[in-house]
Amino acid sequence: MTPLNRNQIAWRAAQDIRDGMLVNLGIGIPSHAADFIPPDRDVFVQSENGIIGCGALAGKAEADSDLVDASSRRITLRPGAAIVDSVASFAMIRGGHIDVTILGAFEVAAKGDLANWDSGVPDKGPLIGGAMDLAACTGEVWVTMEHTTRSGGARLLDACTLKLTAVRCVTRVYTDLAVVEVTPEGFLVHEILPGLSREELQARTGAALRFAPDCRTLEAPPLAAA
Amino acid sequence: MPIDKRVNSTAEALHGVQDGAVVMISGFAGAGFANILIHALAELGPRDLTLVVNSATHPLSRTHELIEAGLVRKVICSAARGRGRDLSPFEKLWKEGRIELECLPQGTFSERIRAGGAGIPAFYTPVGVGTEIEMGREVRRFNGRDCVMEEAIVGDVALVRANVADRYGNLSFRYAQANFGPAMLTACKLAVVEVCEARDEPLPQTAIQMPGSFVDRVFAVGDGVGEGA
Repeated sequence: MTPLNRNQIAWRAAQDIRDGMLVNLGIGIPSHAADFIPPDRDVFVQSENGIIGCGALAGKAEADSDLVDASSRRITLRPGAAIVDSVASFAMIRGGHIDVTILGAFEVAAKGDLANWDSGVPDKGPLIGGAMDLAACTGEVWVTMEHTTRSGGARLLDACTLKLTAVRCVTRVYTDLAVVEVTPEGFLVHEILPGLSREELQARTGAALRFAPDCRTLEAPPLAAA
Repeated sequence: MPIDKRVNSTAEALHGVQDGAVVMISGFAGAGFANILIHALAELGPRDLTLVVNSATHPLSRTHELIEAGLVRKVICSAARGRGRDLSPFEKLWKEGRIELECLPQGTFSERIRAGGAGIPAFYTPVGVGTEIEMGREVRRFNGRDCVMEEAIVGDVALVRANVADRYGNLSFRYAQANFGPAMLTACKLAVVEVCEARDEPLPQTAIQMPGSFVDRVFAVGDGVGEGA
């Protein structure tokens, strides 16, 4: 039983991006999902700084300091890309025009609350960025993250302990151990890592898990760690 | 007199900026920082400033020069976390209680500026409900959803970077350079833009992304972007 690595978590989430979607990808694991969107799906990636149609990362020769995504990475544009200002970009986000946003998280609660902007590190300044707008206003909010903290603490909880980004917003969670849907009745497991028992998954989770009748094994191709 | 908004020096560009000014600074992720103007403002040295800037700590912005020089009383932003293990100049002064901070969701930040420039004193948004943003804000329910009231932000001077301007102040931006710039130009009494090139002849209408009627002064700085420290 080997948990998925970060690239494999991103790959698994990317398989659920549907043809024609407009998606926003957060920093960290979510940003890698762009590399694994199946080629038969025509998808536009939006970035909060106003880019609709982010392409691959720019090579050294083509890198341009004015063509960057919200993570300050120098990128290219895909065919059909457009660029707007921040006001229009957040009108797109708050107005519900983004189909799905994939975000990193520290904690997710069983009723869908998300904590992903303040890990409680003392002294460092706050960083909200676009996370609250994306989480509160996007129809589908998917979270990619490791199932537990480095010290083994649960991150899927009855209630978040860290500062909230938005309430009742997360619809799905992709971890290194499972794919979990957030339902009105709480967490519902759709996929579980082969070799991991339901009891073991429950033991690493801070809220009650239910298992879908057609619960499958969680699989991803071999990929180098991100 | 024929309109010509081009100025020949940073001194002319920043003339009239006073102590206590609310200064809006555009730029995001390395694109659109008016670093020549920011540096010039730090040298000019007005005190007790309020900065309205998306990030108080971005390494490619010279905003830190204003902060390190002790000219800033308050920062309104959406990001105030330095990248390194060591505290950024902003975080250091903030921890010492020498700078006041208002940290907002980025969409609320940009919309409050837009509202300021559009004559809307306040608006309601669902963003921030159920989080610490809600504290101290009026909450009202619309269409079954709780929303917080957010008030407009207006400023005294906007410092914005664009690519090309003409004598009328019409602007064209490169790629992601616009970001907060257009909204900030509308929300400030004095709208100052640094550009790569300021032309005598008018820009073609289809190239204009911001009409010159929102712009007061244009300063051409060439290709130099005045990056970082």
